[in-house]
Amino acid sequence: MTIKFTNTYINETATITGPYESNGRLSKYFDKSYNDLYFGMKTWEQAESKLANDAIEMLLHKSELNQFQIDAFIGGDLLNQITASNYAMAKINSPFIGIYAACTTSTLGLILAAILVNNGLNKVITFTSSHNNAAEKQFRYPVEYGGPKPKTSTFTSTGSAAALLSNQKKGIKIESGTIGKVIDLGINDVYNMGAVMAPAAAETIYTHLQDTGRSLDYYDLILTGDLGIYGLNILKEYMQSEYGLTLGNCNDTGLMLYDRDAQPVNAGGSGPATAPLVTYSYIFDQMKKGKLKKVLLVATGALMSQTMASQKLSIPAIAHAVSLEVVK
Amino acid sequence: MEKNKYKNIVDQNTPKENTFYDCLIAFITGGLMGVIAEILIEFYQNLLDIPFKSATVCMLVTLITLSCLFTCFGFFDKWVNFCKCGLIIPITGFAHATQSAALEYRKEGLVTGIGANMLKLSGAVIIFGVVSSWLFSIIRMVVGLI
Repeated sequence: MTIKFTNTYINETATITGPYESNGRLSKYFDKSYNDLYFGMKTWEQAESKLANDAIEMLLHKSELNQFQIDAFIGGDLLNQITASNYAMAKINSPFIGIYAACTTSTLGLILAAILVNNGLNKVITFTSSHNNAAEKQFRYPVEYGGPKPKTSTFTSTGSAAALLSNQKKGIKIESGTIGKVIDLGINDVYNMGAVMAPAAAETIYTHLQDTGRSLDYYDLILTGDLGIYGLNILKEYMQSEYGLTLGNCNDTGLMLYDRDAQPVNAGGSGPATAPLVTYSYIFDQMKKGKLKKVLLVATGALMSQTMASQKLSIPAIAHAVSLEVVK
Repeated sequence: MEKNKYKNIVDQNTPKENTFYDCLIAFITGGLMGVIAEILIEFYQNLLDIPFKSATVCMLVTLITLSCLFTCFGFFDKWVNFCKCGLIIPITGFAHATQSAALEYRKEGLVTGIGANMLKLSGAVIIFGVVSSWLFSIIRMVVGLI
């Protein structure tokens, strides 16, 4: 399902990262980067919550607003009970909608925020966060455990990104949004999330093109969330064999965030913060400079549960897309 | 798309792990671990006059202590990542798994954190170690009776 938005703009964004991201390829585009992983907090979970608070604070500061001028917040992260977002919002006295869609939380947040703005709210902030160590602890092994990982595994990014949406004509326009479907093609390898999520991305891209009557050439860039290098290749092959579409002008935010040659991230970056960190910093910069005009952001999420993975069930995935345009 | 057809696409796009190289590294580093253990036993036996049986125990304790200490210092995970089964299969892997879990949950309390989660990774080793030793003891007993 694709929703068209009128007069909905991303006025301002804020991006906060950890040390690995600031050593990556896009370091100069971020608003703020920390040198350690605790950010002065006691645990990984508290650190992630602080990241979310930092991103919101930075966004309010950059847009010269205070929290009481914001009508609603929408946010989510990877941790159980979306801990980081809830604890971040406990410090902010404002209406809040917590959402979970794994690594596609960012685009789902943008779509929901755009719907709210379209329905009369003045200013809405959407944010996501992820923390490598908090995610490792919850989904994989203890941080200090050094068991080797396969080449297809991805590296959860540490960071938080927030965006301010309103009907004021400034920044980047959200033209439309496509709500994806949950897709499960039987992949149960928890170390190959790219393969899990690629069909969901393909389905959402195809639905978006069908609903809007556009071709792939309409967009200067189709940006997937965190498929990694192998997932992106699978997506291209899937699009070709299932829909007969050749995906040429595409890239993956997980590949752009890190320097895969120098950093041990295997297939690339992942996590709810990956897609917005790259989009809000580097992609928006390119759009404002006029190098990109129309971008389709398709963040992808593997809806993985350790319980179900232990029960040998395959992993479902979902992708939501937003069409972003430069304000003329 | 059919699940089988999709699986083919995934398989074609999944890089092969370099098993031969991994095995070679594990063989060499695992062998080195054995040499270090032998040196330790010789050290305890000859220089500290400890009998052979106790010297092996001292060797194990030394390796466990060092693995735990190096895990706490934060560089042992890189060694394990490089050596793979060369460090995971010996007692060093067990110590590393236990210690890393203990470190991970230390902020959640002595009982509910460390106590409940310390053996999260290595608990299975203890369970199946006990079960298999029991099984093999039975086999030995039965074979002994015949």
